[in-house]
Amino acid sequence: MIQPEAKLILDISDLHVSVEGQNILKGVNLQIRAGEVHAIMGRNGSGKSTLAKALAGHPAYSVTSGRVDYLGKNLFDFDPEERARLGLFLGFQYPVEIPGVSNIEFLRVATNSCRKENGKDELDVFEFEDLVNDRLKIVQMDPSFLERSVNEGFSGGEKKRNEILQMALLDPVLSILDETDSGLDIDALRVVSSGVNQLSSQTNATVLITHYQRLLDEITPDFVHVMASGRILRTGGRELALELEQSGYEWVDKELQGGGDN
Amino acid sequence: MTTQNALNELVGKPYKYGFVTEIETDKISKGLNEDIVRLISSKKEEPAFLLDFRLRAYKKWLQMEEPKWADLGFPQLSYQDIVYYSAPKQNEKKQSLDEVDPKLLETFDKLGIPLSEQKRLTNVAVDAVFDSVSIATTYKEKLAEHGVVFCSISEAVLQYPELVQRYIGSVVPSNDNFFAALNSAVFSDGSFVFIPKGVDCPMELSSYFRINSGDVGQFERTLIIAEENSSVSYLEGCTAPMFDTKTLHAAVVEIIALDKASVKYSTVQNWYSGDEKGVGGVYNFVTKRGHCRGYKSKISWSQVETGSAITWKYPSCVLQGDDSVGEFYSVALTNNKQKADTGTKMIHVGKRTRSTIVSKGISAGQSSNSYRGLVQMTKSAKDSRNYSQCDSMLIGDKASANTYPYIRSQQPRSSIEHEASTCRISEEQLFYLQSRGIGFEEAISIMVSGFCREVFNQLPMEFAAEADKLLALKLEGSVG
Repeated sequence: MIQPEAKLILDISDLHVSVEGQNILKGVNLQIRAGEVHAIMGRNGSGKSTLAKALAGHPAYSVTSGRVDYLGKNLFDFDPEERARLGLFLGFQYPVEIPGVSNIEFLRVATNSCRKENGKDELDVFEFEDLVNDRLKIVQMDPSFLERSVNEGFSGGEKKRNEILQMALLDPVLSILDETDSGLDIDALRVVSSGVNQLSSQTNATVLITHYQRLLDEITPDFVHVMASGRILRTGGRELALELEQSGYEWVDKELQGGGDN
Repeated sequence: MTTQNALNELVGKPYKYGFVTEIETDKISKGLNEDIVRLISSKKEEPAFLLDFRLRAYKKWLQMEEPKWADLGFPQLSYQDIVYYSAPKQNEKKQSLDEVDPKLLETFDKLGIPLSEQKRLTNVAVDAVFDSVSIATTYKEKLAEHGVVFCSISEAVLQYPELVQRYIGSVVPSNDNFFAALNSAVFSDGSFVFIPKGVDCPMELSSYFRINSGDVGQFERTLIIAEENSSVSYLEGCTAPMFDTKTLHAAVVEIIALDKASVKYSTVQNWYSGDEKGVGGVYNFVTKRGHCRGYKSKISWSQVETGSAITWKYPSCVLQGDDSVGEFYSVALTNNKQKADTGTKMIHVGKRTRSTIVSKGISAGQSSNSYRGLVQMTKSAKDSRNYSQCDSMLIGDKASANTYPYIRSQQPRSSIEHEASTCRISEEQLFYLQSRGIGFEEAISIMVSGFCREVFNQLPMEFAAEADKLLALKLEGSVG
């Protein structure tokens, strides 16, 4: 929900990012305040995932210029794990499998690293079990997933639920969900969306990266941004997503050809 | 920091056991000949049978050649440049720990193996071996109440000569291989364990081997005898100071398990591995073999190998008794220029014998890490089974991992299964863990522990944590 006076969580100005020497982001500007839900849409290769990974600190993505303030601090002063502990959460498009590492152990270590940073007591095995059993309900996951290796042999939908479970445990300030809806059937999409809605509050913010309107039917965005060629080409309310659904991205090409800028 | 650099930094943490204890030693001159063999034997006041054993082994050794098949590519060792006996000078025939040189006690304290009464590990008896001799064995009296003998092999030779004579060389013959023959000729000390019929050893037994002098070879010999219906769990640990010359360690371990006896032998090996350029380090050539002589006997090897410049080691089981069981659980971590060629041999002779092999190799830096294992089903091994699983993990892009499984079966009614896999810690996995607030070092450590979990589960409780810590130390540096 938009509150102009709400706390500024993320302030991106003129961000340029390259991957393997190729410039992908070419001047992104974006402000996100507490309580807001943003959707970023755009074609494949427009830079959406690059933005997400660069913000989370993936080592393959180098920031060539620009500035990102996160909760008033220079985001790029922090390692990926520090960003996570400060409440930045990336929901992966393709969560990796980590054989041999039990999911519950991983979740506990992650939760405790973040709690420690925020001055909270670390949870022992039993306390954590209580917490995780409670959070499992949010994503309607079976506790048997906890005993398996991280994401190993999980279906696409199970992996995404596991991402939202992590979000529920880490209690982030800013969640960036990278195509969390891809590969989900309609039931799974509802479960995941309902999880995100339950976790959304006036003190945190969510960024949804998606291709499809159907996710935005479940989670209502306050802002919709359209990315193309490494920039945010247009920003609007939720009606922009509907417009895209109907008329596609052809207008984007026209605007780019005409040298249009917003 | 790029992932690769960070990884290099992580796995290249300094060795913390590299100190030298300044102590006066009784050291004989370098070199090996028949007189040296006789001198070692006389220093230990050994009975004639043992001198004969040594001399026979020495003569065989002279006719043997260093094995080359493991392709470890080390230069010819100069056996005349090694000191074959070195003992810290101390009061003759120490009666109690109070008489042991405090410097020695301090050394073991520093290594985390407290020997003094008030600090002892509870429920673990320790035999501490310094260079060539055992300096102390704890909890001897308490064990004696149960009829368990746990002492240095030198002491056993004098106190229980008939047991030693009956069993020594009966599992690993003195001409078994080049290094076993060398050991048989010059072994200076080691541990001796005897568990009588029907006794479950009331505590963990542990030997700690410390090389202190740079030019001294350590040749320890361990003999474990478990009589009918007995059981014991035994652990050895090893460290050495950092020298820029190579140190030779050639041990022999023999285990005998009679009817329904069970022996669990665990090793945490952390000899100095040399520096990042491969200078210095211990050459670890070890022959370990267990003989399941009795019906339903069981021998289980667990090892965590993290040290040594070269590891050449194949703890094996000869499954002779019907329904006997052999197990081998191994984690071998190599880094920098370390080379490990390790595995096992499971020789099935008895009917319905079973063996399990789980090997986890982790290679970092420019190291090479090989699993080499033999599973043999002899004609008589009807209805026997083997299961082998060999997994390799590569850290960085300059390390190598190999698996050499040898399978020989002469018994159609037996089954052998072998599974192998190789994986690499990927940047994506690391980033995933980091993006959940888990630090880089901890992320690697979690993945490595996860990879080794099946093996760590086999270690005695007290040492599973130690093994985890040791790997963490090798890979992470922030622990300890």
